[in-house]
Amino acid sequence: MKDAEATKERLLGLAETLYDQFQKGIVPHLALPSRTKSNLEYDQEGEVWVYGDQESVRSVKTVRGAKSVLKTSYLVELLIKEHLLQNRGSTLREIYYISENWDVAKFGEQAESDRLVEDLEILTALLREDFHVRPEEDGATVFGPLTISEKTRRGERTIHCQEDVGEAGYQIPFNVDNVEFKDHDAKFVVAIETGGMHARLIENGFDQEHNAILVHLKGQPARSTRRLIKRLNEELNLPVLVFTDGDPWSYRIFASVAYGAIKSAYLSDYLVTPSAQFLGVQPTDIVNYDLSTDKLTDQDLQALRSELADPRFATDYWKEQIQLQIKLMKKAEQQAFAGKGLDFVTKTYLPERLSEMGMI
Amino acid sequence: MEIAEELAKHQKAISVAEFFEKNRQILGFDSAPRALITTVKEAVDNSLDACEESDILPDIFVQIIRRGEGFRVVVEDNGPGIVGSEVPRVFAKLLYGSRFHALKQSRGQQGIGISAGVLYSQLTTGRPTAVTTKIGPNHKAGRWELMINTATNEPEILNAGESDWDRPHGTRVELEMEGSYVRSRRQSIYGYLKNVAIVNPHARITLVEPDGNVETFERATDKMPRPSYEIKPHPWGMELGGLIKMLRYTDKKKLKSFLSGSFSSVGAIISQEICEQAELDPEIVPQEITHAEATRLLAAFKAMRLKSPPTDCLSAIGEELIRAGLEKEYRVDYIATTTRPVSVYSGNPFQVEVGLAYGGELKADGKVEVLRFANRVPLLYQQGGCAITHAIENISWKTYSLSQPGGGVPTGPVALIVHVASTNIPFTSESKDAVADVPEIVSEVELGMKEVGRKLRRYLSKKNALSERKEKEEIIRKLLPRISKKLAELLEREEPDINPVVAKIMGNLLVKRSIVSENGEAFVTLEVANYGDAARAFKLHETVSVEAGSIEPAARVIALGDGYDHLWKVTLRPGERQMIRYTVPSEGVSFSEPVVEGIPSELVSGARAVG
Repeated sequence: MKDAEATKERLLGLAETLYDQFQKGIVPHLALPSRTKSNLEYDQEGEVWVYGDQESVRSVKTVRGAKSVLKTSYLVELLIKEHLLQNRGSTLREIYYISENWDVAKFGEQAESDRLVEDLEILTALLREDFHVRPEEDGATVFGPLTISEKTRRGERTIHCQEDVGEAGYQIPFNVDNVEFKDHDAKFVVAIETGGMHARLIENGFDQEHNAILVHLKGQPARSTRRLIKRLNEELNLPVLVFTDGDPWSYRIFASVAYGAIKSAYLSDYLVTPSAQFLGVQPTDIVNYDLSTDKLTDQDLQALRSELADPRFATDYWKEQIQLQIKLMKKAEQQAFAGKGLDFVTKTYLPERLSEMGMI
Repeated sequence: MEIAEELAKHQKAISVAEFFEKNRQILGFDSAPRALITTVKEAVDNSLDACEESDILPDIFVQIIRRGEGFRVVVEDNGPGIVGSEVPRVFAKLLYGSRFHALKQSRGQQGIGISAGVLYSQLTTGRPTAVTTKIGPNHKAGRWELMINTATNEPEILNAGESDWDRPHGTRVELEMEGSYVRSRRQSIYGYLKNVAIVNPHARITLVEPDGNVETFERATDKMPRPSYEIKPHPWGMELGGLIKMLRYTDKKKLKSFLSGSFSSVGAIISQEICEQAELDPEIVPQEITHAEATRLLAAFKAMRLKSPPTDCLSAIGEELIRAGLEKEYRVDYIATTTRPVSVYSGNPFQVEVGLAYGGELKADGKVEVLRFANRVPLLYQQGGCAITHAIENISWKTYSLSQPGGGVPTGPVALIVHVASTNIPFTSESKDAVADVPEIVSEVELGMKEVGRKLRRYLSKKNALSERKEKEEIIRKLLPRISKKLAELLEREEPDINPVVAKIMGNLLVKRSIVSENGEAFVTLEVANYGDAARAFKLHETVSVEAGSIEPAARVIALGDGYDHLWKVTLRPGERQMIRYTVPSEGVSFSEPVVEGIPSELVSGARAVG
């Protein structure tokens, strides 16, 4: 996290680059790494997926490029004059609406402004939190034997994530770097895809019984959730286990926690937990526990096949599991364990699976 | 009993009804929708031919009325009418017609035409065909009800009499038949008449559909097409049977006068040479020539060096009328046309005309629409088997800015019209649906395609250049000034000079002045750079309030009332730049904007341009 002055300098540096290009008679342009699957490279050192050398250039030679450069200039102005100098912030959606007044530089849709904010992160090597830009929805919730302190606008708050929170748990703020870990009594972190399973584990007292921090992913996890998981892993040295449905889309949720996402690979260093392990539901669980299942759809099959070709899933473990699932033609939800009784997941499945993984 | 006598018992003339049943397909009556189209087509062809022969602008009325399970087809024209005694045979005798033996470009050729419709009508409904015709305002109209005697192929008149008809002249034919009426497809009565209207812009055609909907294809010109002429056959186009027939029925008394009088491109001298080549006596009576001698005669024909047949016998539609025809039936952005010179295959003159329509209401996805015509008659069926289609497929359309995925007919918002006119169109079959793959015709269609293709390419590249220029104008007028202003505001600096960038983007000539002052002297540099892709020669004027010193390269200096004009003649190749330097005192000197003389102002950045 950079302070406002340093962030302002970086943003102005970008404006200066464009200004100098005008002065030197060079057609103004900005170069960015291309954010495509083919430009993903594995970084041995950081054990994460990052962008390769392919670049895309935005030049004022085309109307599209010139508009994009103009929008960048407007956005830089907004971030400096409205955010950093005033110590205020906007959400991504608000930025889209603010551009209403930018005439020809108005964004066509929110996806465009979101993307341009990401571009600025890449160009300045900063984070959107540094620009005081936040997502619409905050991160998900945490429940477990963990004490944190959070810097808020109304001063610093210290919170124990079991005792000081309601049933819903502690809400992860959008800027996780305002959170400090004070103390904990945890052995591992379980990141859970569905709210239903998250609530089941809390109700069954799984966090207390096994000293587990339970993080709700809320589907495809937000940046702040991923950042928090990474910090729990790195700073507190806690193993991270990802517990999702047993279908191809859920494996992608695991991939974004453990390997990073194609769209935000430039943030891999910051967001990715390479040591995270997949807990389940595994295709082998479907067989071993005889779970209630649904049939794979054509889209499911296509997604599984595409995962077989994805460099992030190129391990023996995943090949075996995915091929088994294609053979079974079945998928199972986390809630399928309820068919064996409400305690089955916490009394039988998780203990068995965790001892198999060497956690307990 | 001998075997031959036994066999003879079984031999009998087949009736026309049987003939029809066995040949439904080649006659165009093989399906219910097609039977209706073919009937309308034959009647309309007759009407158009009749009007043209009498120099009347055709006004044709077609009505299809639902009658129980079947339909009543009415086709009415304002043609010359038909003399009463001819009516029964014209409509109710197969293979009777005026054009059967004539070598002339005309729509109908075999004389099967409308009588096949009459036969189909009586076979499917048992009803007679009604014909009303009137040959002039001072004549009474006649009305006939006719059927064909299927055993003898002779007309049977069920009813004949006078009738009141308000038309001054013309013919109306009404047939009842089984059938099915389709609208949406190109292979429909509507589609057929629309195509007829495109290549016959001198005709007005009105169609009343079974549901009462009225479609009028208006006439786009009052000019009649140039009439076609009947020509004598060319020796190269002859076949043995035809030659023997001509020898038998000629009224010439000697072979040499038969030859020079019956064939085109054959005069007295050539006639003599043919006789020598065939080793025949020029004085021999034609009727006495034997089969073997006729064969020799035919061989001699092929061996002769002959002039091409006369070509003025054909009637092209003409580029102007193809354009008019296309314009009235399609809303498009661009039309290219071409008329190829008359060419010859096997002694038959033929001519190819091509039209290409682009953009507008034409669909951009999918194959281009191909409209094929032979002697002004639309060809609706067997597109894949037609020489015209094959010629289109032979072209590499990428060269002409159209995509052609997987070869074949290209894709794009294009309609292609091809008209082949000939005294003898070589069809692949009697149903006259497709032109046969005669190399000369394929080659001519290809050449025509390439011509309109080149025109299309020129149009599209001009359109592209224009939109590119427009896009660049938007960048330099709207976007660059805003970017530079916003950057200057952010950095709290002067707005940067955008001229060098503008010159680069637009490919312009850039003039940029920079001044460095030192020890009371101002060192001025004029940078001129050519970012365009053509060489530029121009005069550069620099007007200063004092006379400059140390001018490099040398300039012509002209004293003006209130200052000095310094003049350089500069020539720059594409990408080249030149520095011009001079000095003036650093104080109290005023400059005007540099002036470039001899380059249009939109191609200059950083200086004023004057003629």
